[in-house]
Formats: sequence, C-alpha cells, structure tokens
Amino acid sequence: MNSLILSLLIFLPVIGSIIMLVVAKIKLEGREDFYKIIALFTTGLQLLLAGYLYLNFDPSLTVDNSPFTVQIPWIDYFNIEYFVGIDGLSMPMVLLTALLSFICIIISWNIDKKPLGYFSLFLLLDAGMMGVFLSFDFFLFYIFWEVMLLPMYFLIGIWGGPKRHYAAIKFFLYTLFGSVFMLLGMIALYFYSGAETFNLLTLIQVAPTIDAQLWGYNMQWLIWISLFIGFAIKIPIVPFHTWLPLAHVEAPTAISVILAGVLLKMGAYGLLRISYPLLPGEVIAFAYPLAILGVINIIWGAMNAIAQIDLKKMVAYSSVSHMGYVCLGMAAIVSNDPVGREFGMNGAVMQMFNHGTITAMLFILVGVIYEKAHHRWIVFPSDYEDKDLAGKPGFGGLGSQMPIYTGIVAFTFFAGLGLPGLSGFISEAFCFLGGFSVFKLITVIGTLGILLNAIYFLRAYQRVFLGKLNEKCKEYSDINNLELIAVVPLAIIVLFLGVNPQPLIDIISPAIETIISYITPLN
Amino acid sequence: MDNNLIILSLFILFLPLLSFISLLIVGKRLGEKSHFIALSIIGLTFIFSAYIFYNIIIKHYHPVSVSIDWISSTSINIPLGIYIDGVTSIMLCVVSLISSLVHLYSTEYMKGDKRYTRYFAFLGLFTFSMNGIILADSLIMMYLFWELVGLSSFLLIGFWFEKDSAANASKKAFLTNRVGDIGMFIGMMIIFYHTKTFQLHAIPGLVSDMSSEILTCAGLLIFMGAVGKSAQFPLHIWLPDAMEGPTPVSALIHAATMVAAGVYMTIRIFAFLTVDALAVISVIGAITAMMAAIIAITRNDIKAVLAYSTISQLGYMIMGLGVGAYVAGFFHLVTHAMFKACLFLCSGSVIHAMHHSLHKLDDHDTNPQDMNNMGGLMYKMPITFACMLIATFAIAGVPLFSGFLSKDAILAGTLAYYHAHHGWTIIIPLAGFGAALITAFYMFRLIFLTFAGNPKNEKIHSNVHESPKAMTTPLIILSILSFAFIFTLPNINPLSDNGWFEHSLHETKLVDTHHHNLNINSEHPRLVIQHFDKNYNLNEVEHHIHDQHDQAMFLSLLVAFIGILLSSLFYFFNKFSIEKATYFMKKVGLFNLSRRKFYIDSIYNNIIYKPFLWFCSLASRLDWNIYDQTFIDSIGRRTLDLSDRSVKADYDWLDQKIVDGSARLVEYFNNKLKHTQSGIIQNYLMAGILGIVIIALLFQQI
Repeated sequence: MNSLILSLLIFLPVIGSIIMLVVAKIKLEGREDFYKIIALFTTGLQLLLAGYLYLNFDPSLTVDNSPFTVQIPWIDYFNIEYFVGIDGLSMPMVLLTALLSFICIIISWNIDKKPLGYFSLFLLLDAGMMGVFLSFDFFLFYIFWEVMLLPMYFLIGIWGGPKRHYAAIKFFLYTLFGSVFMLLGMIALYFYSGAETFNLLTLIQVAPTIDAQLWGYNMQWLIWISLFIGFAIKIPIVPFHTWLPLAHVEAPTAISVILAGVLLKMGAYGLLRISYPLLPGEVIAFAYPLAILGVINIIWGAMNAIAQIDLKKMVAYSSVSHMGYVCLGMAAIVSNDPVGREFGMNGAVMQMFNHGTITAMLFILVGVIYEKAHHRWIVFPSDYEDKDLAGKPGFGGLGSQMPIYTGIVAFTFFAGLGLPGLSGFISEAFCFLGGFSVFKLITVIGTLGILLNAIYFLRAYQRVFLGKLNEKCKEYSDINNLELIAVVPLAIIVLFLGVNPQPLIDIISPAIETIISYITPLN
Repeated sequence: MDNNLIILSLFILFLPLLSFISLLIVGKRLGEKSHFIALSIIGLTFIFSAYIFYNIIIKHYHPVSVSIDWISSTSINIPLGIYIDGVTSIMLCVVSLISSLVHLYSTEYMKGDKRYTRYFAFLGLFTFSMNGIILADSLIMMYLFWELVGLSSFLLIGFWFEKDSAANASKKAFLTNRVGDIGMFIGMMIIFYHTKTFQLHAIPGLVSDMSSEILTCAGLLIFMGAVGKSAQFPLHIWLPDAMEGPTPVSALIHAATMVAAGVYMTIRIFAFLTVDALAVISVIGAITAMMAAIIAITRNDIKAVLAYSTISQLGYMIMGLGVGAYVAGFFHLVTHAMFKACLFLCSGSVIHAMHHSLHKLDDHDTNPQDMNNMGGLMYKMPITFACMLIATFAIAGVPLFSGFLSKDAILAGTLAYYHAHHGWTIIIPLAGFGAALITAFYMFRLIFLTFAGNPKNEKIHSNVHESPKAMTTPLIILSILSFAFIFTLPNINPLSDNGWFEHSLHETKLVDTHHHNLNINSEHPRLVIQHFDKNYNLNEVEHHIHDQHDQAMFLSLLVAFIGILLSSLFYFFNKFSIEKATYFMKKVGLFNLSRRKFYIDSIYNNIIYKPFLWFCSLASRLDWNIYDQTFIDSIGRRTLDLSDRSVKADYDWLDQKIVDGSARLVEYFNNKLKHTQSGIIQNYLMAGILGIVIIALLFQQI
C-alpha cells in the first residue's frame, strides 16, 4: 500500500478521466451530472489519500529511506526513472493540491458547457500538478510540468471569459517560453554533471561540482539562469508576470483558484526543489537580486492592485504581491544567522501554503458575486469623472444585504492583508524576519507591503460592502450552501494555522534544514 | 496563588472571545436579549480583574508570569506568555470596569439598532484583544493583539457602515494605524536580531551591546506603533474621524482604553528606550498636547471637542513618559480613562436626548451633536450635567479631582526635565502648561454651550429628557471615580498624590532583575538607561520632580483658573465678545489654523494620498498598457509577422514553384486528417493520452 500511494495520488485523476471517457461512449444523454460525480469521487478519494499520507508521514525521514518512495527504471537508455517520493517540502503542496482540486470540483458544479471536457481536463490537470510535486526525477518533473499546460490551455480557452482565447494563448506561450529554458537547463545538467542522470538525489551530489564554461560564462550560472527563467515565469516574478492578471481574470472561477492556489507555487517549489540544492553556489550569488525582485513583487503587485477597478484583477495582482514574500523569504537562506535562515525559508514555504488557501478563498468569493451580478467592477460614483469608468455598474452596501457573505469576505480580506491570528500574518512576518537578517534596507522597503496590502483590500471592501445599498443589488441573495461548503474548510485552515502554525512548521522544517545544509557550508 | 492568578487571567483573556463567538453564532436568535451574555461575561471579567488587583496591589503579591512555546523549530523559539504586575493589574481593572459600564450603557443607547447583537459581539472581540495587549509578555504577542484591536476598532467605527463618512473613517483608522505598525514591526525586528528574543523583560538586559544609535532607532520605531494607536502627531488624524462610531464605542475604545494602549506599550518598552529616544518622545507628546488643544477650541461638534481633547491628553501622557515621569504618565492614563469615559458617555447621553427630541419633531436635518443647537440643558438633564461637570473639573485640573493630581505630576516632570537639560527643553513645560490652560478653556466652553445659558432652539429643548437609568448609572460611577481621593486612599490629601497608586507603581520594577540575571546594579534595577548617559537616570528624575512639585502645582492651579475664568467670561457672563475675539484671531491667522486642524488632513490628502493613488494608476497603466500590451505583445506580433513571411516564402517559393506537383498529395492528406478534427473533446483527449502512452513506450524500447 505505502509504495502505491504516491502513484495513486498521481494517476487516480487519470483513471477518473478515462472512466469519464468510457462513460461518455455509453451515451448518457441528460445525465451529465454523472461526470461531476465521478470527478468529485476521484478528487475526494485523492484528498483522503493525501490525508492518509499526511497522517503516516514522518518528516524526519529523507526521500531515500521513506516508505513511500518508488524508484523504478523507466527509459533505461537515458537513465530516466519513474522516481516519486515525498518530503517536507512536497507534503504541504500535495495537501494543498488535493484539497483545492476537491473544492474546485464543488465550485464547478454549475458548469453546464461541455461538462465532460471540463471535468476530464480538470482531472488531467490535477494529475499533472500532483506529479510535479512528487517527482524526484527531473525528466519526470518536466513531463508533468508540461502535461499540466495543455489542459490549462483548453480550460481557459473554452470555459473562460470574453477574452479567453487571447488569455489562453498568452498563458500558453508565456509558460512554454519558460519551459524551453527549463528544458535547456535540464539537458545541460544531464550532460555537464557527468552523471548522465535526471535523478535529483544524484544530481545534488554531482551538480555543484560542474566546472565548465560556455561562451565565456560559467556553466553553473547559465543553468541557474535558464532554470530561474522557467520558474520565475510561474511564480511569477516581475517582469515575467503579465500573463497572470489576464489568465486569472479570464479563467473560470475554479481554474483561477488552481492557477493562483497551486500553479504559482510550482515555480517557487521548483526553485527550492531543484535550483537550490543543485546549484548552491549560484543561490548565494543570486540571493541579493532575488530579494530585490521579491520586494519589487511585493510593492509593484500591491500598487497595481490598488489601481484596479476589476475585483478579480485586483485579487490577481494581490497574488503577485504575496508571492514576493516567498522570494524574499527564500533569499534569506544566505543569512549568517541560523535563526534568520530558518525564519526566511520556513516563511517562504508557509507563505506558499497559506497564500494557496487564502487566494483560493478570494477567487471563490469573487466568483460568488460574479454569478449574481455578472460584473466585477468596484467603481464608485466618484470614479465617474474618469471617462473609461463612467456608467460602469458597481456594488455598494452589500453588508446589509448579504451579511454572511460579507463576514466571510471580511475574514478573507483580513487574512490577505496579514491580520494576526490568521495564517497569512505568520508567513509574512517570517519572511520579513528572515529577510531582515540579511537584507536590511530591502526588507524595510518591503514592509511597506504591510500598508499597501491593507489599502487595496480595505478599498475593495468599502466599495463592495459599505455605504448605502446599491439599488441594483437589492435582489442578491446571500451565499449559498454549496459555496459555503467550499470556503468554510479553507477558512478553518486559515484560522487554525494562524493560531497554531506549529503543525505546518513541524512538517516543513526538517526538509528546509536539509536544503539549508546544502547551501550554508558554501556561504 | 500563582496558578490562581494565571488561570484567572486566562479567563479574563478568553471569556470576551467566548462572548464574541457565541453572539455571532446564537446572537440572531437571542435578539434584544443578547446583551445578557455580553454583560454577564464582561461583569465576570471585572470581578476576576478586581481579584487580581486585590492580590497584586493591595496584598503586594509578587509579579506572576507564565509562557508556552508557540512556534519552535531548530533555532526558532517564540513563546507566548502572560505577565502580571502592578501595571497589568491596574490596566486590567480599568479596561474591564469601563468595558462593563459601557456594555450596560449600550443596552439603552443601542436599543432598537438592527445590528444590536453584532454590536455586543464586536465589543467582546475588542475586550479580548485589549486584554491580550495588557497581559502580553512579549513584543510579538503585543503586536498580535495590537493589530486585533485595530480590527475591532475598524469594525466598530464602521458599525453604521451605511454612512459613507463612517466607512471612510474606519478605513482611515485602520490604515493610519498600519503606518505606525510598520515602524513597530521594523523596530521589533531590529531588537530581535540583537537580543534574539521578543520577551519584554529579557530585552533590557540584552541590549547593552547595541550601539546607542541603533537602540534609539529601534526604540523610536517601536514607539511609532504607539504614535499610531495613541493618535500622536503626525498620525493623529484618524481619531477625530473615528467619532463616527457609536458614542459608547468612542468612550471605551477611542478615549479610555485602546488609544491608551500606545501609552501602555511605551511603558512596557520604557526600560530600553534611550535618552535620545525619550527626548523625541517628549517632543512628540508636547506637540500633540498643544496642537490638539488648539484645534479643540474651534470645534462645534460636542464629540469632536472631546476627540481632540483625548488626543491632547494622550499627548500629555506621552510627554510624561518622554521626560521620564513614567509613573505620572501611567497615572494620567488611569485617571483620564475614568473622566474621559465619563465625558464621552455624558455627551452620548446628551446626543441620545437630542436625537430623540429631533426624532419627535421629525427633524432629520439638524445635527444632534452640534453644540449650537443645545444650550440650557442643565435643568433638563441634571444627572448628566452633574456628572459631566465633575469630569470636566477633573480634566481641567481642579483640586479634589483626579486629573489635578496626575496632570500636576506630569507638569512637575516637565519642569524637572527642563531644569535638568535647559535650552530648547523649555518648550516642553511651556506646551504642558499652555495645553493645560487651553484645556480648561475649551472644556468649560463645552459645558457652557451645552448646559448653560438660554436654549438656542426652544423646540428641541422642550422635548429633551434625562436619559434612563441604564445610562445614568455608569455616568454616576465614573464621575465618582473622577474624584482624587479614589487614587490616594488611604490618604485623603487633595493636594498630594501620595496613596496606593503611587506606592504600587513604585514597587513595580520595569526590569525584572531576578528572572534574568542582569548585570546591573541590583539596588537600582530601573537604571538600564544609565548605561547610555551617566548624567541622567530615573532616580534623579524623581528627585527633580519632587523639587519641582510645589512650583508645578502653583502654576497648574493658576493656568486652570485662568482658563476657566476666560471661558466663563466669554461663554457664561458674556463679558467678552466672541465675535470680536474670533475676528482678532482670524486677523492673526490662528483661527483658521485651528478651524482647519493645522491643515494636516489636507496636506496628507493632497501631498501623499492623492499623488500616491495617481502613481498607482500610472503603475497600472505602465504594467498593462505599456509593458504588456505594447512590449510583450509586440514580441508576439513580430513572431506572427515572421511566420507569415516564412509561410509566404514557404508557399510562394518552395510550394508553388518547386513542389507544386505534390500539392494534390498534400490536399489528399489534408482531407483525411480533417476528420480527426471532429471538435469532440473526448477524441482529442483519447488521442492525447494515447500519444503520451505511445511516446513513453517508444522511449522504453530505445
């Protein structure tokens, strides 16, 4: 059982997808709910498996001696292995993926356009994401990374908003552009390391010893840069971020949740899983720019979010800002102070998880109001001086009309702006504390994010919920049970990890220490 | 006993949270009865606080502390804990007492509000977070609850969120506080990396190897949190707007307790503030005290007068701390909490009465808070009048009342500070006495305009009635607590603050030497700051204060007398013409300065906020229209263009001219392949999966 579980996590959705196709052949006219039930069942089972994995997971075991690891040869000629395993870095991501996938099926319940395509593509996407987080073979990692791309393209391009085709192609090309660089880096690692393997554990041993030059540049540096471009686009690091607002806004709610909740984390995960252990020397050299990029993300993302009048676009830019904290925290690994290193790295991984849950809630809640209003403009009458905004419908005063929804949105917004007691605060504080141990000035500039994040969330809150009730909103009903089922578990997690983050730290900190141990001796 | 106190303090902390949660869940069903839960829980916390107070202050029980590991990994260790000493127990008592009275008062004041239960729930959340600040034993824990009181303040200021002004005010309050919080957080980080701890009582012993400049910087940055929360210049702008909240909330949060949290925090970090930091703090306090007092003179809204007077009095406390008279500062915090809560609740009682009167007259345009519509309420609302008068005596610094003692102690401190330093420090006692004069003036202006003279509007006046018992009882209790003897028991000397309060605080050590083995002279545990300046230490300050006491008392009596006299000549005896004085002040330019609040709001709005928003929209345009749509997409267009050309080259040359003959073959295949593009997604999918499988198998064969 133990050796099967990781493979099941990955391939269960594929099986679900195949079952759907088989069922579709039987022609179930008018029984299209069946696809939803299959999808729900599959992701539910996956979530249970992930839960089982969490309960039986021993964070102190490394991948080589974990009972869950499976390592079998796949393509012998190139030494490519089917090597899946789990450690403290991937565990939170696996839980996040399983949970969000399940929740996304719930919130996709109203999808009526080609449900078969939607749900089967969604399950393929799910499989790809799981695979990325569980692979310990770079080639396998790459395959899953690419597998995920295609369903995403269709999910945005077919079920998205008005500009879906443009958004989908932009997302696809942007990511593909990054993938090409990643592929180059991967191949370079394969040949220059001398080991001719994609096995990450072997590469950790040999990659730091690469000593070659290409066009006058250090090979390690070139590999780092090409991998970094691949991952930075996913995170996304400014200036590779402009696919994100478009894709997030045009994608259907569930896909926005997956994009922001899971896909963005794959970039940071890739850096921590591959770039950090394999190229420790370059990490040290690149830490300063990474911290600067992180702070630029925090400030630039927040400033853009402040200027948005589309609620979903605001949330999308808030993701750019929040992922900046991850970069700042990760850069702190070069700190001379062991406390600073741990704060930064723990903060980064926690922020990945916490942002996943909080931003998922944000997107779900934006979806709720969009379903009712069919627009997301948060314009105020005072904005009408601007010609572009004149006449756009807005909200206002929903606080009295939809009290439960208002309460949940307030909770989520305050989680997003880092209110203590909710999970976002701890990871942000940790990232700052870590960053401050090395990059004093940069981190101090970054703390402006504390204020800027509050500005756009409170601004949006006021524009939607406070003030006199907008006449157009009189018919809106409060949040329904289905939507409540989707957000309440996330809210509980956000609150729990805000009050007691220790369980999460217990999982991730051994893995983080391993990463630190690769880098610190060189520093 | 230790355990008893700890357990009680945990109850004090978490019971209000329970009230919050239970009211959120079952509140709807309870409706108007929901205040029973809130009231009984808050009453219980008051009883527990009183018990702790009895043991620590009266029985002189030693300070108690306990902490648990909150976050720990290999090198990180962040405990959360509770620390109870004299300061804590007095604060707990003040908060739970005023909170209880405000709860009681609110049952009447908020009657009929459609969000009645939510109001009490939010009060519970506030009390929980406030108690958290008080009990916190570490900077990080204080910061956690610091932000939580910000949340409850946000919720309560914006309680009537249908009003745009209330919604704006709540946002402004939260954001302004966050500016201060940024500083506080940075200061905490600096302290943490030098001492490796957040524990308040461990820090003073560990800062000795920090350079004086860095420690000054760190101290002032942490103090920025207090500047925000205690509405000090230049972050005071949120507090007057916060009066949009219900009046009992203004009394509890924005006058008596939460805004004093900044002062409380400064007392907690006092032991590691340097001399330079304290100098800056005293100047900020002095500026705030004076500026807010000047603004208060020209307010016509009864709550606005009180709001600026709160800012001014908070400035006093901060100034007191800055000059080293931290006992006096804390003393003023406590006395101010009582009389200012009383003043606010009295004003609430007046507004309530005015509101009902206006309601009866079916008049929705007249502002019930404007003093120009009041006058002559003395006989209509005798209890409110009497209580408000007592509290006004207290704030004006009239002997026999509590404010006299605490203000006098601070003023003595400022005089002592001047005598120790000379030079520019003269501005501090000047601001202190000047503000005292103005305070007496505008407070009696408020009393005269509201209660004395002829009613300015007969119709409204005739319909005004005294408020019900639930509202007047808290007023009576708070006005009794505004008498001086309450704080000097068992001694009853109206001119001396020698009593339980003085004694209990002098026994409270700011630095707990026993717990942390500090390498400082054990006889003088409070002399940590001596490390930075041999010529300045707290004992000396106390000595100076003692010397200056009589002089300060004389001067403060004098200024209070002048203030009251001037006020009565203007507004009661009508000996001086207000018009002429206003005209003169306008000529000098002072009137508009006061009326327009020193232009600070408009400066912020026009120089910081609006340009910043414009800059953000510029950033957005840069990011989207210029960078993405123009630059990134131009790459795409170039590529398309290139591929167009290559298609042309391919087709016109290679295809048409060279392989023209094979065109039919291509077309044939094209027709065949067209069928695969069925538009049915399962076929695509099937093909996709099949493709992956085939590729995988092929690779394996290699």
